[in-house]
Amino acid sequence: MLFRRRPAALVALAALLAGLAACGSSDDENGLTMYSGRIAPILSPAVKQYETASGVDVKTRYGDSPALAATLTEEGKNSPADLFFAQDAGSLDAVEKKGLLLKLPADILARVPAHFRSKTGAWVGVTGRSRVIAYGEKVKRSELPDSPLKLTDKKWKGRVGWAPRNASLQGYITALRLVEGEDVAKRWLEGMVANDVQAFDSNIPVRDAIAKGEIDLGLINHYYVAEAQAENPDYPVKVHFPPKDLGSLVNTAGIAVLASTGHKQEALGFVRQMLSGQTQRYFADSSKEYPLVAGVQAPKELTPLADIPAPNIDLAKLGDLQGTLRLMRETGAL
Amino acid sequence: MDAAAAGRALGRRLPPAARVFGVRRPPLALLGLSLVVGLAAALPALYLVFAVLDDAGGALDAVLTGRTVGLITRSLGLAAAVTAAAIAIAVPLAWLTVRSDLPGRRIWATLLTLPLVIPSYIGAYLFVSALGPRGALAGLLGVEELPSIYGFTGAFLVLTLFTYPLVLIPLRGALQRMDPSLEEAARVMGRSPRDVFRSVVLPQLAPAIGAGGVLVALYALSDFGAVSIMRFNSFTRDIYIAYESGFGRTEAAALGMVLVIVMLVLFAVYARVRAARALHRVTPGVQRPAQPVRLGAWRWPALAFCGAVAASALVLPVGMLLYWATKQISSGLELGVLAANGWHSLLAAAAAALSASLAAIVVALLSVRYPSVLTRIVERAGYAGYALPGIVVALALVFFTTRVALPLYQTLGVLVFALAIHYLPLAVSPIGASLMQVPPRLEEAARGLGRSPLAVLRTITTPLVASGVLGGAALVFLHALKELPATLLLAPIGFDTLATDVWHQTSFGFYEASAIPALLLLLIAAPPLYLLSAKGSVAS
Repeated sequence: MLFRRRPAALVALAALLAGLAACGSSDDENGLTMYSGRIAPILSPAVKQYETASGVDVKTRYGDSPALAATLTEEGKNSPADLFFAQDAGSLDAVEKKGLLLKLPADILARVPAHFRSKTGAWVGVTGRSRVIAYGEKVKRSELPDSPLKLTDKKWKGRVGWAPRNASLQGYITALRLVEGEDVAKRWLEGMVANDVQAFDSNIPVRDAIAKGEIDLGLINHYYVAEAQAENPDYPVKVHFPPKDLGSLVNTAGIAVLASTGHKQEALGFVRQMLSGQTQRYFADSSKEYPLVAGVQAPKELTPLADIPAPNIDLAKLGDLQGTLRLMRETGAL
Repeated sequence: MDAAAAGRALGRRLPPAARVFGVRRPPLALLGLSLVVGLAAALPALYLVFAVLDDAGGALDAVLTGRTVGLITRSLGLAAAVTAAAIAIAVPLAWLTVRSDLPGRRIWATLLTLPLVIPSYIGAYLFVSALGPRGALAGLLGVEELPSIYGFTGAFLVLTLFTYPLVLIPLRGALQRMDPSLEEAARVMGRSPRDVFRSVVLPQLAPAIGAGGVLVALYALSDFGAVSIMRFNSFTRDIYIAYESGFGRTEAAALGMVLVIVMLVLFAVYARVRAARALHRVTPGVQRPAQPVRLGAWRWPALAFCGAVAASALVLPVGMLLYWATKQISSGLELGVLAANGWHSLLAAAAAALSASLAAIVVALLSVRYPSVLTRIVERAGYAGYALPGIVVALALVFFTTRVALPLYQTLGVLVFALAIHYLPLAVSPIGASLMQVPPRLEEAARGLGRSPLAVLRTITTPLVASGVLGGAALVFLHALKELPATLLLAPIGFDTLATDVWHQTSFGFYEASAIPALLLLLIAAPPLYLLSAKGSVAS
């Protein structure tokens, strides 16, 4: 019975309260607080580089970029965060629209090409990732289409996977609408659904399904395969950069400083560090992403950034996803 | 007829005031406390109201579509199928592990409850790895490809196997508290055992089955992990899509409101099922423990059944995890990090279980002993927190804490508070079910003899509902152990738990690396479940 074992229960209760008190002690005021949609194994070495250079501590809360964007929106001016490092432009854009981001100084903005940062200067891209067609061992290189639009061909029926909830795929569809027009995007989505495209939860299961042979092709971002290859050089998935119809569109992971920060100089210092040669090289080497700052060599296995036809669109417009989601729902893609 | 039934029966003919506040006035302290609990539990729903009011027109547009109807229908269909299957699995298991002489009852009871601890996204991934078109089973059978388990089949299978313990736990409690003399009387009067089960045992178990069933249905409605990996388009998935698109606060909130309304309808149906019925003993004397039923030759099929459920819900996923873990161990373990994360999980989950069960005693007492419109509102407000996806509960707490209690924001206290209100119904329902089996006249007699209400609660009511309280606390503990969205957003920075560790690994596709923290979750959950199972088995 509950009360017959009172001494044991009391000891347990005391231990619990002591534990609560120990963990409840709150943080010191000097360090930076960052919300990050990028995962710890990739980000923490870059954070260390800043901490070593500046002597300032950084505490990082990890989460999904959209959930963190929603959190920042609900926190408003009371946010404890100084920095927001997101996986995609859409999440940064959502926070920017609420007027919660600091306008970055010109020296920071100037380091990154204009189409990899917010038009208003509220965030900058740190690294780029390219859309690719990933393919498995059953597919010959010569068979690969030169454009994602050709995946509606009967030949690929039921053999292609994508992740419709993923921000990068939605970004691609938005770009397609802006550049090729609403009709082309709509027909492509209808064609893909009619061709029995396999919808997965995110990019990683698409990649894994190709590796297992459940599907043969997948529309994902290049670095997912690069990461798997870094773990296992014989990983049975390769990437193809389709040259046509924005097939290798480059998306960006970017960073912003919250307007409510009490540590503006330190936060800007952190952004500068992310755009430094040292940290840019680190990202290029470790997660095989495109460095966005001039003069830093991209990983050699990637198609050079200059050779990827950069569509003449404002990347920030990709944040306006409402129309894309509506189209995806209408066509049954989502 | 008990007080609850009297109140409800009379309520229809009473003046409005009595209907709202009840026939019997609850003590003011109890009423005050339960209003506080009810308000706390209603925070997620209140937050939705705030968010929808931002842009009510847009919210309506988002909700009033054929798509919403279609998705709700799909989700309800899944929830109904999962609930039916979970009850079908849990009823025989509960009876076998409490009332029969099944060999190793206590071990079975523990093993068969453990699947509840496996986070549904891990469970779903394990099932895809094992039974997917190109999974381990296909390899074992030497076939090229198995039929797809994606979609309804997979979501149904995973949700059923990882939620049936929600029925099993309260059911075992109810079986143990049930007075065997009724069955014996029925048998003496010449009823067949099957008849006795149908006409005497089953009606007494109905509240526990109903309570567990509602929890399973709400779990299936609000689950995101299993449906997303099994690629089943559900309503909750749409709420996540709205959040992911970055602009969809109003839309997400509007969809969340729809989920709350569906939950209220579901609950109204359940309340009818639970309609007033005296379930406690009215005869004098002390309740004897039931004699275990001898299974005889039936023990073999019974063992086979328990074995089959344990094999698919526990051995298969744990086997996969162990296989991954062995691969992982060879590349090195960070024991210090694991230990710290394990301690954090244990601490947060235990604190949440303690606070939720204390709050639940208050709510259950009020709604069972002093039923009225008001108490029903308080009780149902609590279910909103459970029916909503975790991300909504987390954002609600972000919203309110940063506005009214900023110094507490992102401290452990707020995390525990969030977990407690999120899982409150898990504790309320078994406590309520056990309370319905306690005769109110015992309490009344004690009051008549001069004990204070608090002393009655402490010395009479609480010991009698102890098994319900422990069952409820265990359910909250098991859920809080694996909770993810609120922990990610509300825990103090650096307060990593086993669940967030699993998430860190899987969000990168390192499913193998998630095996060890996932196994540790099971290890932490096992001892309390084993202790709990002692409550549920008959004295031998």
